[in-house]
Amino acid sequence: MDTVILLSQVVMALALILAFVRVVRGPSLPDRVVALELFASIVVGLVGVYAIKMDVSSFLDAAIVIALMGFLAAIGFARFLERGGPRDD
Amino acid sequence: MIEVVKGTLVLAGALFMLLAALGILRLPDLLTRMHATTKAAALGVILIMLAVALHFAEVAVAARAFAIIIFVVMTAPVAAHVIGRAGYFVGSKLWSGTVKDELRPNYDPLTHELKSGMETQANAKREPKHNDPP
Repeated sequence: MDTVILLSQVVMALALILAFVRVVRGPSLPDRVVALELFASIVVGLVGVYAIKMDVSSFLDAAIVIALMGFLAAIGFARFLERGGPRDD
Repeated sequence: MIEVVKGTLVLAGALFMLLAALGILRLPDLLTRMHATTKAAALGVILIMLAVALHFAEVAVAARAFAIIIFVVMTAPVAAHVIGRAGYFVGSKLWSGTVKDELRPNYDPLTHELKSGMETQANAKREPKHNDPP
């Protein structure tokens, strides 16, 4: 089980790196927002796996909060995109 | 037995997340990237949270894990819809191989108005509204 946990952590870290490449390269702001939302999802998964590894169930509360923050950030960015404002991307 | 199921769920969830990240890196435009990330990342979170619920096997923890699952299932489509809408309005380029863009002939980016596509000559004329400036 330990090796499986470690392997999945490595895989998710790789996924974080790939998403970060898109955040850096993304040609426009909406691409970056999508990549940041993917960031939040992957971090929720990482926190869940870490809760299994450490056998501490309280980490799930942090996962709930991270999921909530990701959703609200996506909504806020979309509203900012539609309502306008100075953009430089 | 539970160990095997748990390990399979965790690995499958991680692989789905890797798939989502590959999709966001490799696919050509905003809408296809969203199509990759929204579904695959949500499925990854769901699988990992199922593994968490199996691992702890307590009612309180399982309830929180299922709360996360329900939250993700309810919010991922909403966020994707809102970002896709904003991206289209901002004018993000579609992929050059796009076959069909149903919104293009009916949407006017200057006035931000959407036609239904059912207009005739008679009812397409703009009716004066009561609060128009004279």
